[in-house]
Amino acid sequence: MTTTTTEATAAKAAAGHTGPSVPLVRVEGLRVSFPGAPRPAVDGVSLAVGAGECVALVGESGSGKSVTARSLIGLAGARARVSARTLEVAGADTAGFGERQWRAVRGRRVAMVFQDALTALDPLRTVGAEIAEAARLGGTAGPDSEARVVELLTAVGVPEPEARRTQYPHQLSGGLRQRALIASALAADAPLLIADEPTTALDAIVQAQILALLGRLKDEGRGLLLVSHDLAVVAQLADRVLVLRRGEVVESGPAGRVLSAPEHPYTRMLLDAVPSGRPRARPAQAPPGAAEAADAEAADAGAPDAEEAAPVLTGRGLVKSFAPGGPRALDEVGFTLRAGEALGVVGESGSGKTTLARVAMGLSRPDAGEVLLHGRPWSALPERRRRAGRSAIQFVQQDPYASADPRFTVARIIGEALPGLRRAERARRCAELLDQVGLPAELLSRRPHQLSGGQRQRVAIARALACGPQVLVCDEPVSALDVSVQAQVLQLLDRLRRERGIALLFITHDLAVVRQVADRVLIMRGGSVVEEGGTERIFEAPAHPYTRALLDAVLRLPGTEGAGSTEGAGSTEGAGSTASTGSTEGPGGAHVADVTGRDAPEQDTEHAAGQDGEHVPKWET
Amino acid sequence: MSTVTALLDRPAAAGARRGALLRSPARLAPLVLLAAVALVLVFPGVFATHAPEATDVAAALRPPGAEHWLGTDQLGRDVWSRLVHGTRLSLLIAVGATVIGVGGGALLGLVAGCGGRQVDFALMRVVDVLLGFPELLLALVVVALLGGGTVNVAIAIGVAGVPHYARLVRGQARLVLRSEYVEAARVLGVPAWRSVLRHVLPNVGGPLVVLASIGLGSAIISGSGLSVLGLGPVPPDADWGSMVADGKDFLQTAWWISISPGLAVSVVVVCTTLIGRSLQSRAVR
Repeated sequence: MTTTTTEATAAKAAAGHTGPSVPLVRVEGLRVSFPGAPRPAVDGVSLAVGAGECVALVGESGSGKSVTARSLIGLAGARARVSARTLEVAGADTAGFGERQWRAVRGRRVAMVFQDALTALDPLRTVGAEIAEAARLGGTAGPDSEARVVELLTAVGVPEPEARRTQYPHQLSGGLRQRALIASALAADAPLLIADEPTTALDAIVQAQILALLGRLKDEGRGLLLVSHDLAVVAQLADRVLVLRRGEVVESGPAGRVLSAPEHPYTRMLLDAVPSGRPRARPAQAPPGAAEAADAEAADAGAPDAEEAAPVLTGRGLVKSFAPGGPRALDEVGFTLRAGEALGVVGESGSGKTTLARVAMGLSRPDAGEVLLHGRPWSALPERRRRAGRSAIQFVQQDPYASADPRFTVARIIGEALPGLRRAERARRCAELLDQVGLPAELLSRRPHQLSGGQRQRVAIARALACGPQVLVCDEPVSALDVSVQAQVLQLLDRLRRERGIALLFITHDLAVVRQVADRVLIMRGGSVVEEGGTERIFEAPAHPYTRALLDAVLRLPGTEGAGSTEGAGSTEGAGSTASTGSTEGPGGAHVADVTGRDAPEQDTEHAAGQDGEHVPKWET
Repeated sequence: MSTVTALLDRPAAAGARRGALLRSPARLAPLVLLAAVALVLVFPGVFATHAPEATDVAAALRPPGAEHWLGTDQLGRDVWSRLVHGTRLSLLIAVGATVIGVGGGALLGLVAGCGGRQVDFALMRVVDVLLGFPELLLALVVVALLGGGTVNVAIAIGVAGVPHYARLVRGQARLVLRSEYVEAARVLGVPAWRSVLRHVLPNVGGPLVVLASIGLGSAIISGSGLSVLGLGPVPPDADWGSMVADGKDFLQTAWWISISPGLAVSVVVVCTTLIGRSLQSRAVR
């Protein structure tokens, strides 16, 4: 029934593609537009992916990279108008493809790996059932589908595949989920894999593992179309790179050349904006002795230092668990934040860093221990009394979209922080605050959806500044933003710290970001602080094995400082690069595998606890 | 991610889509019909051909024709004119009931959703019990307590609708309360009650309007139903329900007496429901 003529040709072409001469997918002059949009989402993109080759589509949000990838398997959307001079999948012209022909292509000829395995996998089915279905549809299940599932799970490096097969997505850690998703994509043995931001939702250590897996699949001869905003990820895998901007290819070529000697200014801007992991240049007007004091403290915690700035926010012995007797999201955590200082809190998801931020903000009450603001009780206060002091400590949340009432204008969003002012005065203050975060006053009448991600986050910062805080708690303030915007927001935060002496409690999973921003760093894992010290000391001489594992997993662009053995993204060096990352799972990187291996179940239980507790994961709300 | 942004896009997109709503004939038709009904409600004298209460025994039980468009009833009253004049009572009962239901439901829902755990538990168990009874039965109980009549029927139907609205508002309120923008307001030192008025209530309003426009239809049916049972407006006042009741003895011989008001009820209910549905689909998109 599904044996249409087109499918027959597709099969024939796929069978004959042993040589690299027949690309797995070839598209020329792709144009995708959506009704009502002023400009096409994709305009004139041409690309081809051969067997054993990785082509990367790079660009910021809205550049059309995902739409391009989805068009290749007929998933651009019902409203999309797709046209191309040539659009061949596995040698078959897809011009007249209906839904049925596309279905024959998907999974068997081209498989797709999505960004978020938590939403891409059915929460009501075991991962085994999910993979078995994909295998059945692809006709590779054979008589014993269970054996096939185990085989696939083994192929993507899932430990204990027999046991994992019967588990549900929420019982797996992020890395295992992504592996399961890749296994289901591989189930029908498609020669081409499209990976749309496959590691964006993952922590650094897990990201390294998934990239190694994708590299191995490429070495086995599969074609890989990688869609990513992250140039460091692209550098690990890609042989060729296409840089997209507003639907058009601005630059393309071998990955080594594009990433090391970019020709287009946009590519150069993207590369420059990647947090380099280089230490922050500390200007002379840094607040008195903040950095030095921090370093001194790290070296000799007991030494009295007259230069030391007064602590503004202190945490002592903080304990928090979301279920009585359950795992502790915070386990005896202490910290000191001094005036004008930036303290970075680094950890993977489930390490308790967001819980720490919420406890510090007085949004969540610790089970034990206390937070002091300016040396006075803070977390112990009843909410009514805490309200009066709230202007001193402000919060910048991760998702600037969710943190603003969608019905409010920018003026009202910021105005909420300025009660009791008269209309004209309030408008003047709002415009002033926008100016301080580098936004024009015209935006005052806009609503959140009319702003870009970077503008939204600046509005959130302007709102936080409105009450004149001495402490700014930032929970992953840039992880939802494009790299170019990320750099601007980081600079803004750093400027506020220098010029106004606002202390920053900066929570992030991104080591490169923290190195740019923080004077001192806390490394958290499983609710405890495993290491603490001056930023440079931590990066130069990490003491704890977990810190070392984190640092080892950081991806760097070729040519940046310290890239060392993990660099090399040129088409000729591609194999070498994947081999070196692959070693994180082999004997060479034994300590990494060891650390993360023990980490996985811990993370699972904490995710589960978080669901019952106060912070509900994004996907649930 | 995309569903989240789609939901958050709602207020913006509403303006852009208002034009589309009016252009689509399937959505325009119920609006036009309801506008006509509204005109009839405000100016019944313009549309009526006879006085609604003028009896003419000689012309009793006439079938629909040129003189009496929808025929006459057993007392020779013009059915069309009675229908036109009955519009006001029928719809006022329904609108009044919906306002009472929405108001009471919003209040209960907000208190339960934003109040403490015990308050929530107590209120919601009461709501659960009320939801266990058919709406009409609940309304009957209220009528039994208050007595019949136009106003009491509206109150009865409104009270019977309260648990439905309370459920919705409570769920939405909890969702909004957990949102990051309410948390952001808390961080700014905005008192909780002000957050409820400023953020929760407006953001609950959208779904509430959708449910209310669908609920209006069922309120018309309930109101007519109570009138058919003789609990509604007291004669000589008549709404559509009491007209249906008037004709029940003549269904075999003079079907038009009951069928005409019955059709009127159906048309208005279908229209309000269609509008509610299109509002709903717009909100979900």
